[in-house]
Amino acid sequence: MRVSMDIELKDVPGQMLLALQPLSEFKANLITVLHHHQKRTPRKTVPVQLVLEIKPENIGAIKAKLEENGIKVVRVGEHRFRESINVVLIGHVVHTGIQDTIDEIDKTGFAEVVDISLSMPGINLLSSALIRIDAVGKEDLQKALGILKKVSVRKDLLMVLPIDIQA
Amino acid sequence: MKTVCCSILGFGAIGQGVAEVLLMKKEYLESIGLEVLVVAVVDSKGATVNPEGVDLADCLARKRKIGTVAIEKLTGVEVIRSVAHELVIETTPTNIVTGGAGLQNMLAAFETGKDVITSNKGPLTLKYRELMEAAKAAGSNFRFEAAVGGSMPIINLANEVLAGNRLRSVKGILNGTCNYILTRMLEERASYKEILTEAMELGIAETDPTYDVEGIDTACKLVILANAIFGCDATYRDVDVTGITKITPEALEMAYERGHVIKLIGEVSRERIHVAPRLVPINHPLAVRGTLNVASIDTELAGEITVTGKGAGPIETASAVLSDLVAIYGNR
Repeated sequence: MRVSMDIELKDVPGQMLLALQPLSEFKANLITVLHHHQKRTPRKTVPVQLVLEIKPENIGAIKAKLEENGIKVVRVGEHRFRESINVVLIGHVVHTGIQDTIDEIDKTGFAEVVDISLSMPGINLLSSALIRIDAVGKEDLQKALGILKKVSVRKDLLMVLPIDIQA
Repeated sequence: MKTVCCSILGFGAIGQGVAEVLLMKKEYLESIGLEVLVVAVVDSKGATVNPEGVDLADCLARKRKIGTVAIEKLTGVEVIRSVAHELVIETTPTNIVTGGAGLQNMLAAFETGKDVITSNKGPLTLKYRELMEAAKAAGSNFRFEAAVGGSMPIINLANEVLAGNRLRSVKGILNGTCNYILTRMLEERASYKEILTEAMELGIAETDPTYDVEGIDTACKLVILANAIFGCDATYRDVDVTGITKITPEALEMAYERGHVIKLIGEVSRERIHVAPRLVPINHPLAVRGTLNVASIDTELAGEITVTGKGAGPIETASAVLSDLVAIYGNR
């Protein structure tokens, strides 16, 4: 899971090492570090923003370890979904069970249908849906699209993907 | 002055376009030291032959008046074998099942050591390797820029102008009929069937639009690109194809509200050949409207190069034939 973390370091040598050591210990993958050295807090500490890729169960332990090292953890935010795409589905979208189509994605745990627009112009006419899928990462998004593709084939739906996605 | 004796095999819209362009460009061709002498024009009913050069204006007039140029009962292959000339301009109708007369004409041309310029996709889709080998064995030039994207330069652009670049993929709209239908469906909020009828009335879609709307035409062009640009040995069977017949005006509208249009996109690389409707951002270079064609070549050194132009039309397609002709004989 990707997590952003705002911490504050004392303005004395060796603080960054104390901040990084718990991350290394819990095998967190450091994606970005923004060290705002010019921007002191009223407490005279240096704000640092981190983005980490970590196992969700390790967040608490990392936080505790940082605080044990004298580092203030101001905020921990979850960046759960990083990837998002729109997909058009055309066919008997509703009659073939739209809830079931959504459930197939939602039950993965790594992707969710977060928005849907639907048009049903008439009985016996093809319906159209535009759905937005959010996923944890690129690979998860491809997996979710793979699932949607299987569902579309089974339900005889035409799936229209964005041009920059590997079909 | 070099004299190039040639035949025009197939005198439908494209063949007539070639004749018109040769008449229009007579002075230009002479200015680069070329006299193009058409010694035979052949259509489905027969041929007009004159070793001194046929009167192209008269051929065009007769074709329009009585529907044929036939004076002698000769086929393309018979003309190739019996009339002395060095270049065959092959513009017979495309047949992607058997290759049609075009395949026989091309093979006969190479057998007799002639150069070939063609706009005909069928033989190239079915028998690319065989044709290239025959051309090579005969020492013949074989060029077919007009077969993909009409006037839009793509094969020669990739192979000659961008020489030295490793090309990763080509992506684009290679069928003007589908682009017209999808553009108009969105503009008019009209159904696929309504706009297809409009396109037929305007002559943009053929009476049997299957090849175009089912993505087959795009697939054939991708096969030619796969073979000619990426050095594959692909055939139509290697293409994953979905057409546009299921697209609804509602889907187009919903996509548009989110900043996208739906286009039939063909995509070719060394790994895969794929045709399907795709969501394209409105301000994307591939989001061209109407009957336009467009192609984006992803290159190793030059990045993305995008060209757009008219994918059909007799004069536009003949422009690609003319450029092939100048490429073969212009600098000799």
